[in-house]
Amino acid sequence: MLQGWLVVLASFGYIGLLFAIAWYADRRARAGRSMIASPVIYSLSLAVYATAWTFYGSVGRAAHDGVGFLPIYIGPTLMILLWGFVLRKMLRITRIARITSLADFAASRYGKSALLGGLVTVIAVIGILPYISLQLKAVSSSFEILLSYPEVVVPERGGSMPFLKVTALYVAMFMALFAIAFGTRQVDVGERHEGMVAAIAFESIVKLVSFLAVGIYVTFGLFDGFGDVFGRAAARPDLAKLMAPFATEGALANWAWMTVLSMFAIVFLPRQFQVAVIENVDERHLNTAVWLFPLYMLAINLFVLPIALGGLLTFSWGADADSFVLSLPMYHRQEALTLLVFVGGISAATGMVIVETVALSTMVCNDLVMPILLRWKRLDLARRADFTRLLLDIRRGAIVAILLLGYFYFIVAGEAYALVSIGLISFAAVAQFAPPLLIGLYWKGGSRNGALAGLLAGFSVWLYTLLLPAFARSGWLGMDLVEAGPLGIDWLRPTHLFGLAVLDPVTHSMIWSMIANVGAYLAVSLTGRQSVAERHQARLFVDVFREPGKRGTACRATASAGALQSLLSRFLGGERAADLFRAYARSRGVRSADELRGDPDLLAFAELQLAGTIGAASAHAMVATVAQEQAPGLDEVMTIIDEASQVIAYSHELEEKQRELEAATAGLKAANERLKELDRLKDDFISTVTHELRTPLTSIRAFSEILHDNADIDPAERHRFLGLIIKESERLTRLINQVLDLAKLESGLAEWQNAELDLNEIVADAVGSTSQLFKGRSVAIETEVAAALPPVSADRDRVMQVLLNLLSNAVKFSPAGTGRVRVRVEPEGNCVRVDVEDNGVGIEAAQQAAIFEKFRQVGDTLTHKPAGTGLGLAICRQIVMRLGGRLWVKSSPGAGSVFSFTLPLAPHSAAALAGE
Amino acid sequence: MTKRVLIAEDEESIVASLDFLMRQCGFDTRVARDGQLAIASLAEFRPDLVLLDLMLPRASGLEVCRAIRADASLASTRVLMLTAKGGTSDRANGLDAGADDYLTKPFSTRELVARAKALLEPA
Repeated sequence: MLQGWLVVLASFGYIGLLFAIAWYADRRARAGRSMIASPVIYSLSLAVYATAWTFYGSVGRAAHDGVGFLPIYIGPTLMILLWGFVLRKMLRITRIARITSLADFAASRYGKSALLGGLVTVIAVIGILPYISLQLKAVSSSFEILLSYPEVVVPERGGSMPFLKVTALYVAMFMALFAIAFGTRQVDVGERHEGMVAAIAFESIVKLVSFLAVGIYVTFGLFDGFGDVFGRAAARPDLAKLMAPFATEGALANWAWMTVLSMFAIVFLPRQFQVAVIENVDERHLNTAVWLFPLYMLAINLFVLPIALGGLLTFSWGADADSFVLSLPMYHRQEALTLLVFVGGISAATGMVIVETVALSTMVCNDLVMPILLRWKRLDLARRADFTRLLLDIRRGAIVAILLLGYFYFIVAGEAYALVSIGLISFAAVAQFAPPLLIGLYWKGGSRNGALAGLLAGFSVWLYTLLLPAFARSGWLGMDLVEAGPLGIDWLRPTHLFGLAVLDPVTHSMIWSMIANVGAYLAVSLTGRQSVAERHQARLFVDVFREPGKRGTACRATASAGALQSLLSRFLGGERAADLFRAYARSRGVRSADELRGDPDLLAFAELQLAGTIGAASAHAMVATVAQEQAPGLDEVMTIIDEASQVIAYSHELEEKQRELEAATAGLKAANERLKELDRLKDDFISTVTHELRTPLTSIRAFSEILHDNADIDPAERHRFLGLIIKESERLTRLINQVLDLAKLESGLAEWQNAELDLNEIVADAVGSTSQLFKGRSVAIETEVAAALPPVSADRDRVMQVLLNLLSNAVKFSPAGTGRVRVRVEPEGNCVRVDVEDNGVGIEAAQQAAIFEKFRQVGDTLTHKPAGTGLGLAICRQIVMRLGGRLWVKSSPGAGSVFSFTLPLAPHSAAALAGE
Repeated sequence: MTKRVLIAEDEESIVASLDFLMRQCGFDTRVARDGQLAIASLAEFRPDLVLLDLMLPRASGLEVCRAIRADASLASTRVLMLTAKGGTSDRANGLDAGADDYLTKPFSTRELVARAKALLEPA
């Protein structure tokens, strides 16, 4: 029945079944009904720890060391049972920091160091190669054994089987295919592989069942129970010692170190980290795993010793005990059982290979290849829109490469060793991760450089003390190095460093590598400095369970509030932040901001305030940093700081603009004030004009009505009234004309007819026109003219207007009878000046500017009656100004006044003057 | 009893017209050409009606008005304000100050006479 093709069929059939389970589980997961949300499945998935090593190798080990096989299972049990809180911490951190692999975990802890991630990946890959080769060896051997049925081939220890190498290659290739199929169908967020986990849980059951089956068969089928087996073994002295632990020298030390080693392995083997930490969906599953996994360990190890002893009792001493689980039932022609065992073995091996290679390929892809590719500018990868294809291809390539390397290791170094020894080499390799990661989980002082130093030191020692001798023993390197040490230096012998001789190679290696690792880690960490990112990540990892807002020690609460305040002040300014906190404290009935607790309300408040400046998302990230809930990546922080500094720069710009704006506003305000003033003046002007217009109109209308309504009015009165009507009409006309004139002059719309004028002549004309006025008041009028008066360029009518106005003013303000007005005309520079002097009451200095303003005369128009329209001088000033001259007055009270104005010379006379 | 009318106005022609109109109504008239004179005449002339121009030299029409209202013995004196400014604020100010009525120039003589008579009518 056990024919080759059946075996192969059974194998593929089983793998197919696993695949079907995986596919179904993935489908359920996508539909939202995850299958692996069960703590039982989680605990069973942890049992991927039991590989072909457990299946075949434990028995082999037991046959050699008796109960000495146990520490490898005691370790994990202890780890889960007693140190579940370590795992819990890792779970929490992984969830919070969104960690995707072991290398990612290490890198993240030490400031997101890509270098560290890469180093961890390299160590992991190299370290796991022996382990993979062990699976290959186990599967190939078991296959070969099965194929040679009915001839029961129990291979010699240390002997080689023919065609094993070829078989192993096929096995490697097929495993690569399975791994690719299981783990690289798509790239999942968070690197979850629900299908794979479900399949692993199933295969854990299969291998347990199959191992129990053969165990029960051997113990109760071939023998009569535990008592019988042990009794018979005890009867043989060579076997008896197997049942006594700690019999050999150094056995206790070995036990101790082996236990420690496997404690590390259950966490730091990439596949264990993957299923225990990355694939975990619920922290609470750990509560079930704590007892279910040890139970599994117990169950699968229950029959190891009986099988080993049974095998030893059945076969000769020199048999390769690794194969006992298979060869015993085969020997007794239990074909079905044999097939079951074989399938169990396949199950154990493929489970391990699939998960391990998927985990490793993820690390290789994410932490080794991609960082290099992204930095390799020539490829310009960062711009690629679709990474998925690339990622999957890299991972698939990595899986194939790892399996090939595992195969080569098997070729080179695998045959000489028993399975367990091979596996322990891998354990020792991954144990190097323990110091930086475990210590780093509880000590913030560990720095990235320390981790790098520790890893390098430990890994180097591992290479020298374990890998090197392995190659040497297989014949690839000369044994001299191992036996005599480098350059013949005895105490540098790889397996007996510094004279430490009594231990087995693994323990020996462990001691030295741990010393080197921890020593370098501590030394470099303590003497070096950490970057901001490192410190921050350290805090995140070590303090992950300390939640903000918990009313723990007051110290922690104020630290949060203070940290929040300093955070706010970085973005809002110290004062503003202080004000805000003070106000908040007050609103909470707390005396001062120092006493504020960092509770969720305060966080929300801080976040809100910050959001106004840097936006909600960034604010949340920043507050979360302080609250130690989430850590943005260094990149994110740099982006935030970048944005913030842009905002700050922008607000500086704004400040400057604001200053300019304020200056402009001040200018505008001043202009506005002036406009208002002018407006007021305009209103004054308008109201005054209104008044001035209405006043004459009032009498015109009144008298017109009176005369109209009273036909029999006294003729004398009638005459008088009519006279008044005429006078007021004239007054009105005059006023209207003046207002219009002034308006025209001021608006610049006046028409000027400039000509060359002889001022003497015009003055004479003006004096003549006003002679009646002078005579009426008996005021004397004199004229002084210069002899050779150059002509001026001006509008004759306008100049007349000015002169007439000045003369009539002079008459009005000169004392009647004794008044004297003198007019002088003389050249002055490139102008001609005219003075109109009177000996009237004079004008106060304060009023001298005012009289030229509209309606301004001596006194305020609103309370005193002006003796005239008040527009005359304003009009004169406008005229003179428009003609290019100036009009001013010199006066003092009681000493009369002199009104003067200038007019520019006509161009050619100016030129002539200049020429003279 | 003949009603007495005080004309407080500085524009000569307007004074003439108002004087004519009031005398035509049979009232006694007195003219004050500035505010101070007007206030001074109050006690002595004891007018029943004051035709008051807002824009007076020396003391404004508003001041004269307030002086009238401040004098308890002139409680029955009516004040009719005349002004060339027509703004609502002036009207309000005038009435606030205690004027009984308010006319803008140029006014209708008929209206002026009618209002004056109405103000002098025994309540």
